[in-house]
Amino acid sequence: MAEELKKVVLDYVTKEYLEDDSEPITYDTPLISGGIVDSFSMVSLKRFLENRYQIQIPDDQATPEAFDSVNKIVKLVEEFVAKKK
Amino acid sequence: MSNIGSYDERVRNFNWEISEKEIGYKPGDVINIGWYCTDRICELGQAGKTALIWEGHTGAEKTYTYNDIRLATNTIGAFLRGLGLEPGERVCLFLDRIPELYLGFLGILKIGAIAQPLFSAFGDEALFVRLSNAETSTVITQKKHAPKVRKILGRLPHLKHIVIVDHDGVSPLRDREVAFSLEKSTPVEHLDIHPTTAESPSVLHYTSGTTGLPKGVQHVHYSLISQYLTAKWVLDLRDDDVYWCTADPGWVTGTSYGIIAPFALGVTQCVLDAGFSAEAWYKWIEKRRVTMWYSAPTAIRSLMKAGDGLVAKFDLSRLRHLASVGEPLNSEAVVWSRKVFGKPFYDTYWQTETGCIVISNYPGMEVRPGSMGKPFPGITGTVLDPVKNEPYTTHGKIGLVALKFDWPSRMRTYWNNPEAFEKKFRAGWYITGDRSKLDAEGYFWFAGRDDDIINTAGHLVSPFEVESALLEHPAVAESAVVSKPDPINLEVVKAFVTLKPGFTPSQDLDLEIMNFIRKKLSPLAMPQEIEFVPSLPKTRSGKIMRRILHAKEWGEEIGDVSTLEDD
Repeated sequence: MAEELKKVVLDYVTKEYLEDDSEPITYDTPLISGGIVDSFSMVSLKRFLENRYQIQIPDDQATPEAFDSVNKIVKLVEEFVAKKK
Repeated sequence: MSNIGSYDERVRNFNWEISEKEIGYKPGDVINIGWYCTDRICELGQAGKTALIWEGHTGAEKTYTYNDIRLATNTIGAFLRGLGLEPGERVCLFLDRIPELYLGFLGILKIGAIAQPLFSAFGDEALFVRLSNAETSTVITQKKHAPKVRKILGRLPHLKHIVIVDHDGVSPLRDREVAFSLEKSTPVEHLDIHPTTAESPSVLHYTSGTTGLPKGVQHVHYSLISQYLTAKWVLDLRDDDVYWCTADPGWVTGTSYGIIAPFALGVTQCVLDAGFSAEAWYKWIEKRRVTMWYSAPTAIRSLMKAGDGLVAKFDLSRLRHLASVGEPLNSEAVVWSRKVFGKPFYDTYWQTETGCIVISNYPGMEVRPGSMGKPFPGITGTVLDPVKNEPYTTHGKIGLVALKFDWPSRMRTYWNNPEAFEKKFRAGWYITGDRSKLDAEGYFWFAGRDDDIINTAGHLVSPFEVESALLEHPAVAESAVVSKPDPINLEVVKAFVTLKPGFTPSQDLDLEIMNFIRKKLSPLAMPQEIEFVPSLPKTRSGKIMRRILHAKEWGEEIGDVSTLEDD
């Protein structure tokens, strides 16, 4: 699942938060500290993950640190998907 | 001993000439903020002193002395003049917090043009209404933001130049685009500074209104007089300080106290161009040995959330003075800061329109946690009875925060909108739009807004602007936008939406609308919650009753509903 999840998140961030001719991002590109996704936009990214994977990420775990790269987001989502099972 | 000394004594003996004399200005002289912030400091023998320490999110660092910023601002000014720019033209800075933003701002002022900073996260529609209203002739931007300008270019006949500060030299420049590299340009040693005078326009900041489009708040070069003195007395800035103002210059705090005041005082300031993270912020304070920190309640609450343990991991002992702005600072935050930093955050109150701090807590004066403080010396503030339009004669009553509009950095008008400017006054008082009460000792206590404007993380969002943008989404039939309480941001945007036939509420549609507003306006304006409703409460004449929805969100009494239409 991890590989597919990584691709989904990377594609979504690229499509929604980057301009057309921006430098491509990697799985480790800093998203929040790198200024690509700000704290307000993080809300829509969280909503996307919750909708797509039918999970609820509590606000105290949706921190800038936990959302700071695709890899970190994937780790967080996997945690909540596992809990669901 | 603080710079202000005794607040009461300053109030008794106050005159703005104190500031004029300190900076060497006499009425009728030329006064150019760009010159005062750079050349003058060099002439005072501080050319080699560090003016700006900048670090980007990738870790790239740049340091500029006062002579460096003098040359850089000359170079930018000369470049713009070379494009044919005339004094009075509006030049928009649409940039992240990179050095060109800070230096470009002063370069624009040096040639007598008007600086129009805009938050780089603005979407294309938010950008369009502001550039269109100001009839902006030039936009200075980065290649990453240029696509937003290109999208609206066809609707901006006044826009002559788009200056790209980081063009790679390879990809072709498009219509009206021109490349400029500060690093590759030959520094301009001498620039004829435009002889602006006290009332010459300097800065145009856009702010949200309850109705209508955003308004351009126009300031003048004489604003320097009160920005200088308030920074000295409230922020207590001193010669050996390392100052960090966390505000983005897309907002007025970022220009008044993130560019003008600290540079005019010859202070060293540092800028971190990176997103928020508690750890990164503490690391920055430790690394740069920050002594004076000016931040915002939302950030402070986020730091509180990150926990006390994190604070203990860093050496923050250099911090000497802390202040906050943007929204009311809750008493818990003041108490927390005393506990973890050993000193309180001093709350300061002001607006885009006031141009400088007008009510504040002062070093050396007792801080009453949760209070806005007292008016700055020389500024008359009161709480006005909203019915009689007279100051309350007894304390403790909630009314309108009103000011005598007579200090140097007050706005001079709303750009192309004198009617809106006139509406800000009642019985000779400037009405801030905020409500508060006064206690027996003259401290102001914030009680909320007097209109529908949403204050989210210290930034004002107009419900009207969000509602207008929502109506452009193909699924939205009607909308009403109100604030909703939020533990970190004070308030966030919430939208009530009715859908057109053929559309049904869903999680995907909810997210689609959120992203639609984020891209069109800005992340701040994006509704963090959308409630799909079958209909909206309206008066019999068809006007949407936002206050009913607002009251429900805040758990308040709904009040008079006699004009509500029957469904």
